[in-house]
Amino acid sequence: MREPKKAPLPTRGRKVSPSKTSPPATKSKQKGKASKTSPPAPEAKQKVNSSETSPPATEPKQAVTAVEMGARQRDISVSEFFTKNRHLLGFDNPRKALLTCVKEAVDNALDACEEAGILPEVVVKVEPVANGEALPPPSQASRFRITVTDNGPGIIRQQIPPIFAKLLYGSKFHRLRMSRGQQGMGISAAGMYGQLTTGKPVQIISRTGAKAPAHYFEVQIDTKKNEPQILEKKQITWESQRGTQVTMEVEGRYQKGRASVDEYIEQTIIANPHVKLTYFTPEGETKEYPRTYHELPPPPREIKPHPYGIELGMLLKMLQDTKSHWLSGFLASDFSRLSSRLAEDICKTAGLSPRARPRDIHGQDAEALYKALQSTKIMAPPTNCLSPIGEKAILTGLYRQIKGDFYTAVSRPPAVYRGNPFVIEAGLAYGRGPEVAAETPEKKPVSLAEGEQQEDDHELARVIRYANRVPLIHQQSACAIYKAVLDTTWRTYGVSQSKSALPSGPMVVFVHMASVWVPFTSESKEAIADYDEIRKEITLALRECGRRLGAFLKRRERAQSEFHRRNIFDLYIEEVVDACNRLKGGKLPTQKLKEQLQKIALKRTGGEKTDEVLGKTDGGPEGLPHSIIVTPEGVEGEVPALSSEPSNQTAPPAGTPEEEQEEEEKVEKHARPKGQAGPEDTGRRKGVRAKRRPRPKPRHKTHAGKPAGASAKRAPRRKR
Amino acid sequence: MARSNGKTSGAVEKKLIGVADTVITAAQQRKDPTLAIPIRSLSNVKFNEHKGIIEMGKGMQARAFFNVGMAKKFMQTVLVADALCELQRADLTTSVREIYYRTKHTIKNSHENTFDSQDESDPVIEDLEVSLAALREELHVRAENGGSVVGPLVLVDDGDRVDCARLGKGGYSVPSIVEPEFLQIKKCTAEFVLLVEKGTQWNRLSEDKFWRRYNCILLTGNGQPPRGVRRLARRLHEEKRLPVYVLVDNDPWGYYIYSVVKQGSINLAFESQRMAIPKAKFLGLSSGDPETYGLPRNVGIKLNDKDIARARELLNYPWFQKKNWQEEIKRMLSSGLKYELDALANKDFQYLTKKYLPRKLKEKDWMD
Ligand SMILES: Nc1ncnc2c1ncn2[C@@H]1O[C@H](COP(=O)(O)OP(=O)(O)O)[C@@H](O)[C@H]1O
Ligand SMILES: [Mg+2]
Repeated sequence: MREPKKAPLPTRGRKVSPSKTSPPATKSKQKGKASKTSPPAPEAKQKVNSSETSPPATEPKQAVTAVEMGARQRDISVSEFFTKNRHLLGFDNPRKALLTCVKEAVDNALDACEEAGILPEVVVKVEPVANGEALPPPSQASRFRITVTDNGPGIIRQQIPPIFAKLLYGSKFHRLRMSRGQQGMGISAAGMYGQLTTGKPVQIISRTGAKAPAHYFEVQIDTKKNEPQILEKKQITWESQRGTQVTMEVEGRYQKGRASVDEYIEQTIIANPHVKLTYFTPEGETKEYPRTYHELPPPPREIKPHPYGIELGMLLKMLQDTKSHWLSGFLASDFSRLSSRLAEDICKTAGLSPRARPRDIHGQDAEALYKALQSTKIMAPPTNCLSPIGEKAILTGLYRQIKGDFYTAVSRPPAVYRGNPFVIEAGLAYGRGPEVAAETPEKKPVSLAEGEQQEDDHELARVIRYANRVPLIHQQSACAIYKAVLDTTWRTYGVSQSKSALPSGPMVVFVHMASVWVPFTSESKEAIADYDEIRKEITLALRECGRRLGAFLKRRERAQSEFHRRNIFDLYIEEVVDACNRLKGGKLPTQKLKEQLQKIALKRTGGEKTDEVLGKTDGGPEGLPHSIIVTPEGVEGEVPALSSEPSNQTAPPAGTPEEEQEEEEKVEKHARPKGQAGPEDTGRRKGVRAKRRPRPKPRHKTHAGKPAGASAKRAPRRKR
Repeated sequence: MARSNGKTSGAVEKKLIGVADTVITAAQQRKDPTLAIPIRSLSNVKFNEHKGIIEMGKGMQARAFFNVGMAKKFMQTVLVADALCELQRADLTTSVREIYYRTKHTIKNSHENTFDSQDESDPVIEDLEVSLAALREELHVRAENGGSVVGPLVLVDDGDRVDCARLGKGGYSVPSIVEPEFLQIKKCTAEFVLLVEKGTQWNRLSEDKFWRRYNCILLTGNGQPPRGVRRLARRLHEEKRLPVYVLVDNDPWGYYIYSVVKQGSINLAFESQRMAIPKAKFLGLSSGDPETYGLPRNVGIKLNDKDIARARELLNYPWFQKKNWQEEIKRMLSSGLKYELDALANKDFQYLTKKYLPRKLKEKDWMD
């Protein structure tokens, strides 16, 4: 059975907070076990809390006694732990570290907003900081100040120091619930990285509501005790009524392109179109990503672990931590899908008394119990705990952020791997968009000489991967998603692909895994482990996307060949008429002859039918659910409306009047996706269509839209 | 380009304008403009045993404008017709290559060329030749000058007297158009014409003054003889009653060259009437010669797969059905070898001049 690498950090314990450790008996036992099988990290986890400093270790001699070893067994300070495990946490190099810090703060902001039921508005600012001398250009800078501000629920005063200056302190580890953060390690690790590389504390402003005061903190981590040190705390006036702002100064490197902060933000927006984000880049640019999807994802629900998903170590821990007094009660209440009857059966199979005290079960008994749990047929865990992005939202995200001719999205029904429910979603954006297509011919103004051929470009598809809505930026080739994309035979769908390579073409492949527990191949959470069940779901989702793409490509090809046919005839008619005219000594009524020939050509090529295939008449992308087709003439399918929700009226759009107007028109054309048009209205479509214009190019630069609410404005007009 | 010899052929011009009329009439009748073009392939030729020449059948191919597969060819045909008509009106002759360049341009509003290579324009010229039943000379299109002649022959070319006996080893370069209005035969005292496939062997014979000794005209076409050479041989045969002997390599290609001289080509079967020399004789190299003349096996060349396939094809041609020809070709096939004329040098540099041809002619060892 394939398994993700053993997690050096706590796998799935219920308690991580080092202050609330488990009773000593199991602790030592577990520690022994862990240190035998895993790298040093787990040990660190167990010990990271201690405040004592041990004497420095002596040089090892050939034979080491238990006493000597005992003398060297000591607590590892968090800074030591951190320094040794930087790479596991995503701080291996300055460029990646910068990204990780931004990512931790943004992930937290989004998690907090969603959990509190607030549509997230996030501001990210990354600025180069002078390190002694004059301020270097962003690409040369080695220090950056990162500020992330959200409109989330805020953090209560007492919690601020431990959250930002104590490793392994968090609210998400203790439960099985889909969220971006998992381990309570994120933001404090980022803060610690800043502290170690620049010596600067983390600055926090947080406010829980309009009536509460805003608190300002400067905190640092006591690297020996893993305890927060408060350098500054005060109440301040803050323009936001609610939310959190965290500022860190870190060593880093800013370079655009692959795996950059910019890419992370763009990918985040694709998978989270319900987020409104403003990004102030290190180069001083402001990128506005308006909200394009106005519903919060339904809140994911917490579930209890499923017996198939646990490991023996975890079972032992649960046995210790349970509040139940009886074994059968423990099974029935601490696991999902275990009825009391089934619990009794399992006890019987394991040869244990249902009345046994859970704490007394260890060793062989525990193993027997574990085996019984695994061999008993138990219903799959509930899957309604997940909150997938949804086809519509994916489509919106892709359409907004990526230029293309075709978009589609598929959400698979929930499935289960090792007792963990999960959902796979996939999406595709294909093509370069009509704007680019229209520009292309201009690049080749010279006609071809003898022996010359038009060259094809062989760009490979881009795969963007997500786990619980968080983009996975690194370690692509280790990821089950990437492997599934490689294994899909894209050629079946009309996309070229050389052997064991990504498909080639202007294509972005989007895959998202939502789960209460995403099996990463390592701690830095960069690649999804390759479980058969997961792989299968990804493959099925990709195939469905591919099938729709294939249908689109075929249809387009047919239309183009028809178009080409007519086009050829048109071109040749010119030539033939000119030549005939010369043959006839220049006395021919050429215009008349041309028209006659064109009429015959039109008749021979199917005439209006061609227009239909070309999508020039009304006829949505039938047979292609959850898809968008973009042509120079307009957009078909589930086109997302671009309007700010009426309630959320903020500052008026900052655009020039002209841009505003364009915005309005866009609202108009997007407000009513064709596929969803009411029947009363079919007669009017043509009028709307005629107004269509290519979308403005820099999609991310679009401004906050017409706050008045396009749909509200349109409604009366429609009824007239 | 060169001025043609003053002869304006209104008939050809009219035929070319007819192409435009086809388009105009069809357009008026709302029909797809279509040109009927005789099919130029084996399936559409007949061997007229009585006349001993290949004649074109009645098979036609419709070239329609509004058919994706044919549209471009149709357009190209009209363009070439226009260019040919221009030649008629300007009274100029030109080469097929110049026709290609004259008609090549980028199609309006596109990046597509009217022709991508000469391979596209050459067949269109031939198409027009056959469908308009106009000779290439009448169309004022020259082929490359590809042949030489030497011997007791006096010609008048553009008013210049050309004595082919006084032109050294190089001889006279046969122009592609040798019709009487361009080239007149003033005097000819030769007794026969020897048409040699290869320039190298023609050089040998010319250098050795073979023609003086045997009172003949030496002609070569450097491979497949071009129209001018074939037509000149035919005129000498017809007007001066000279027998024509063909000397080629012993391989399928050699047999084929002989058959083109004798019966005409499949591709331009309509020209057989005035090109073919049904009474031409095959002098050699025959597949029997290596034995007769004691050529060693090691100067032979192994037949390759293409040779074998080609030879089998020849066996099926109606004009190779005579018993002696079937034997000739089959003997080559069973030996598995082909021989070049040059191989005769194995015996002696002048073996061809001094031994082989004298004996062949003396023994009348040729095939019909
Ligand atoms: N911006 C924020 N707003 C509200 N709560 C936050 C915010 N950032 C962090 N938190 C809280 O702090 C906890 C610790 O965050 P973190 O160290 O990133 O760990 P994790 O995200 O893995 O739980 C989170 O679980 C959350 O409860
Ligand atoms: Mg986090």
